[in-house]
Amino acid sequence: MLAFVLRRVLQSGIVMLVVAFIAFGLFNFVGDPVAFMLGQDATQEERVRLRGELGLDQPFYVQFSRFAGNALKGEFGVSLRQGRPVSTLLKERLPATIELALAAALLALFVGIPLGVYTALRRQSWLSHVLLAGSLVGVSLPSFLIGILLILIFAVYLGWLPSFGRGDVTPLGWWTTGLVTASGLKSLILPAITLSLFQLTLIMRLVRAEMLEVLRTDYVKFARARGLTDRAIHFGHALRNTLVPVITITGLQLGAIIAFAIITETVFQWPGMGLLFIQAVNFADIPVMAAYLFFIALVFVTINLIVDLLYYAVDPRLRIERNAAAGH
Amino acid sequence: MSTQPDGTVHEPVPHLPSLGERIASAWDSDVAYSFRNSPVAVGAAVVLAVCLAGALFAPWLAPHNPFDLKTLNLLDALAPPVWQDGGKPGFLLGTDDQGRDVLSAIMFGARISLLVGLASVALAVVMGVSLGLLAGYAGGKIDAFIMRVADVQLSFPAILIALLIDGVARAALPRDAHGEVALLVLVLAIGVSNWVQYARTVRGSTMVEKNKEYIQAARVIGVSPWGIMRRHLLPNVLGPVLVLATINIATAILTEATLSFLGVGVPPTQPSLGTLIRVGNDFLFSGEWWITIFPGAALVIMVLSINLLGDWLRDALNPKLR
Repeated sequence: MLAFVLRRVLQSGIVMLVVAFIAFGLFNFVGDPVAFMLGQDATQEERVRLRGELGLDQPFYVQFSRFAGNALKGEFGVSLRQGRPVSTLLKERLPATIELALAAALLALFVGIPLGVYTALRRQSWLSHVLLAGSLVGVSLPSFLIGILLILIFAVYLGWLPSFGRGDVTPLGWWTTGLVTASGLKSLILPAITLSLFQLTLIMRLVRAEMLEVLRTDYVKFARARGLTDRAIHFGHALRNTLVPVITITGLQLGAIIAFAIITETVFQWPGMGLLFIQAVNFADIPVMAAYLFFIALVFVTINLIVDLLYYAVDPRLRIERNAAAGH
Repeated sequence: MSTQPDGTVHEPVPHLPSLGERIASAWDSDVAYSFRNSPVAVGAAVVLAVCLAGALFAPWLAPHNPFDLKTLNLLDALAPPVWQDGGKPGFLLGTDDQGRDVLSAIMFGARISLLVGLASVALAVVMGVSLGLLAGYAGGKIDAFIMRVADVQLSFPAILIALLIDGVARAALPRDAHGEVALLVLVLAIGVSNWVQYARTVRGSTMVEKNKEYIQAARVIGVSPWGIMRRHLLPNVLGPVLVLATINIATAILTEATLSFLGVGVPPTQPSLGTLIRVGNDFLFSGEWWITIFPGAALVIMVLSINLLGDWLRDALNPKLR
């Protein structure tokens, strides 16, 4: 057990090291931040001075070890474009992205599961056919187009909801929340729908498939033979057994939601980390790109690690296989 | 055994079928039968054919050339589609802020979208198939290394990898060179972000195939590992890859559109559908919805028909479903 956990944690550590290396190495070798910051008509002296101030004149390994050490402390240097510490920028933007991602994940769960149950139980109803066909169209619709359509309908024509920004935010320590003001909540609706739609169709199809599978099993037949009500069978037996994979997938998708927030944030000018990253890519703002990459990799590696460990704890077959393999 | 491509075991071919006979036998085949009996597949194929023709022959079919500055007239700018009040005849789907015909821009844009989509899938297939063959045939440390890299890459969404490669390439190149190589950079970014699934598929079938007798026979008569991989394994592991590639063209086109929409893809001087949507997005609030909605609709129609056709192809070629 301990050996497995240690090996898995070590693997995650190696992945993070590789990501740190890519984040730093590539971004440091490519482009010339000094030329970008000073513009075309800077003198040679100015260039050399700025290069020294940024520490860009030191050898690669010195810069990398300093970067890795700082990254562990959450320090990623100063944004080339805004001239402010990257850690401050990320900290400002983190609450917006987290609130958006969680709202989208909850929406996907609480709409996707009932729809999945409905389409599994009423397979032949016209609404089920419409929902399934809609989910196929939903996969072909890129999320930025969904966002644009929502803006066109609800912001431009109907004028009900705001189309950009976060509304009024309330500070809670270093965290800022948009969840307690009316304008903040209204601003959240459209981005959350846009971001959740893909995951929603995924969850709906997953719940439907799992429900159909479970409804064919013997214990459901026995439950029927015992004379339990449909309601008790569907929700007490069938749904409960489908929820484990659904929740696992949603957990795994949380990282993807944070990554896809880049697109939604760009459409709605939502002041989160994704928008910060896209602006950084456009302006070749290396420290911000590196920090975001490092952050998103950390999110993914952590989520994957937790899921792997949970599987190991839950599924006894994995343990037996490993023990058998170790015995030979 | 007569079909082995190495030429060691072959029987004389008595009769070469003529072109007419070949078409007739293709028409009678199972796949063609399933195609004729699937209205969805036929419909998707027709829609896709119209899109492809419109895109391929854009310079001859498009009513205007949106890149010929001499023909642009600012007096035509921001005209709505013809069926609305103020619509100008000759501009079916309206015009943008510079007086460019939206329909023509879509046709030229679809060309770029298709080009990037096809080229990046081709790159991903070449990369994935080579690495998958190598991993499956060589085994050992090479296999472990390639598949480990694949696992790590697969734990991140493809769009993030594409965005990263794109960002790095843009930072590496001088700013004024962006326009010229933007298409190459995009193809590279999308291609590299998608090689993993091909590599996995090919590695799996290679590991099955390499223990079969014909491979052992080839090894015994002294064919080099490179020759075995290229001439014996490759033709036998390529089938599933082609189906996967069809469906992935749709994904690649969407990825290109997304990157272009985010402003890190094709430059506005040579717009793809994604770039058109991005540019049109600025006019949404002043009510000029047609500049962004029509390119968006064209994108969705194209991608949806490729998806439907790909789904059909997967089912038709899967013997378990027959």
